[in-house]
Order: sequence, then C-alpha cells, then structure tokens
Amino acid sequence: MSTTEHHLEHEAGEHELEHAHPGAKTYVIIGLILAVITLAEVFFYTQESVRGILVPLLLVLSASKFVLVVGFYMHLRFDHPLFTGVFGFGLMVAGSIITALMFLFGQYPFPHRG
Amino acid sequence: MAHTAVPVVVETGAAPPAPVEAPLVLEHPHTSTGQDNRKLLMWAFLASDCMFFGTLIATYLVYKNRSLDGPLPRETFDVPYTSVSAFVLLFSSLTMVLALAAIQRGDERRMRVWLTTTGLLGCVFLGGQFYEFTTFYRDGLTLSRNLFGSTFFTLTGFHGTHVFIGVFWLMSLVAHSLRGRLHQEHSLLVEIAGLYWHFVDIVWILIFTLVYLIPD
Repeated sequence: MSTTEHHLEHEAGEHELEHAHPGAKTYVIIGLILAVITLAEVFFYTQESVRGILVPLLLVLSASKFVLVVGFYMHLRFDHPLFTGVFGFGLMVAGSIITALMFLFGQYPFPHRG
Repeated sequence: MAHTAVPVVVETGAAPPAPVEAPLVLEHPHTSTGQDNRKLLMWAFLASDCMFFGTLIATYLVYKNRSLDGPLPRETFDVPYTSVSAFVLLFSSLTMVLALAAIQRGDERRMRVWLTTTGLLGCVFLGGQFYEFTTFYRDGLTLSRNLFGSTFFTLTGFHGTHVFIGVFWLMSLVAHSLRGRLHQEHSLLVEIAGLYWHFVDIVWILIFTLVYLIPD
C-alpha cells in the first residue's frame, strides 16, 4: 500500500470514527436514566432511614450521572482516546486539589460557632 | 520567497497505485494528532475549567461548617426548588445533543428548534438562580455575611456566568443558521458548543450533590 493510500484510508477511518455517535433514541434513553437518577437522589435525601449511608449513596449516584453525560452526551465513549486523556488529566488534578485541600484544612482546628 | 507546490510522487516499489477515490469531505485539515485542533482545544479548556471549579468546590467544602454565625446551609437551601433547576439543566443537555443529531442529519430547521429550546432552558435556569439569590439575600445571606455566603455565591455565581456565556453562544449559532451560514458540514461547531454546554451541566450535577444534598 502506498503512503498516499495509507494516509487517505487513515483520514477516512478517523472521519468515520468521529461520526460513530449514538442517535436520538439513545440520547433520549440516557436522558430518562439521568432523570430517574436525579429523582432517586432527591428521594434518598428525604429518607431518614438512609441517613447513615446518604453521603456515599449520593456520591455514587452523582458519579453515575457524570459518567453518563461525559460518555454519551459528550461522546468520550465513542471519540478518540486523546480527548479522554486530556479531560481525564484535568479531572485528576481537580480531584487532587479537592482531596489535598480537605486533608490540609482538616488538620487545623477552626474556630467553631459558640 | 514564494514557494510553488510541487506534487511529490511516493515510490513504494509495488505496482502502480490504483486510482484512489477522494475521501469524504473532511471537516478539518490534516493535523499531527489526526483530530480537529478546535475540538482538542475545547477539551483542553474544559480540563482547565475542571481545575477551576475543583478549586471553588474544595474551598466551599473546607469552609462549609466554619461560619461563625448564620444563615447556614441547612436553614437556607430549598432543595425541592433547586431539584427543579437541576432537572431543567439536565433536560437542556438532552435538547443540546438532539440539536447536534439534527445538524449531523442535515436537518437545519430542527437543529435551530433544539438549540433555541436549549437556550431557553438555560434562561429558565438563570432565572431560577436569580430568584434563589434574591431570596437568600432577603434572608440575610450576602457575599460578605459569612464564609458560607462567600464560598456559596462565588461557586454558584461562576457557574451561572458559564451558563450565561453558553446561552449567548447557542443563540449566536441560531443566528448564524438563520443567516444560512451553518450547514451540515459545520456540525463540528455545534458539537464544540455542545461540549461546553454539557460541561456546565456536569458541574451542576456535582454542585447539586455536594452543596445542596449532602448534609452538614
């Protein structure tokens, strides 16, 4: 295969890859799932019986919504892994900032409400 | 000095290459990554915005229970009201991807309908936030009242600013389309605007959980 042919096939392949996005039906299904998860979040928030596990439960539900939007609506599940890498790096730094700040501030006593 | 383009023939040693059909219309020129630089740049921007909001969220969380006097989160938030705002923003993400699907099919009229709907939902969200802020203000919570007020208004205010910019961007796309300057081959422009809009949505997903739902 000549270099030119290889280049054209490569470009056409990427073009196909970029357009292998889900259709309207999938988008609506994902939208319904997101709505159900949000309803579940609000429902659990009002239930006294789940107080003990409320924080991890809400974090898991929130993370699922995050992954669904990023994966399907922002197409990271279908697009080139380079985009996942770039965004994942920013996300990792953001997560580290939150963890580090909470750890650092947790070490020092603050004045409390009297 | 001006250079003239000279066609380069690549010898591979094999039989003469068969005529190759021109590829489909490419949306972007060849780049070293093989990806459109505009889209890559948007992802890089979103990555940096992650760090920005990460810092604001972290600041809110570390100061959450450190206010010396009220009003405090528990006595301020109206979770059912904010849940409706969260639904509005989630629904706007759906209408945004439907707009993208429409332009990729070449259905420009429907794309305009979905983009306008998305923009209107964004305006509803902003209106809700304005109402919430004024209610909090009447209840005595201001930017300088206590640590909760400072960190809450800074975080949600910056998010609202992002939504405002997104609405402006969407409406400019609708205007371009009405002038006949946005066609199927420009679907990447809608996709990039969509990436920004969905990012604004995922930030709200986190804010809704970490700020409103998780108790003190």
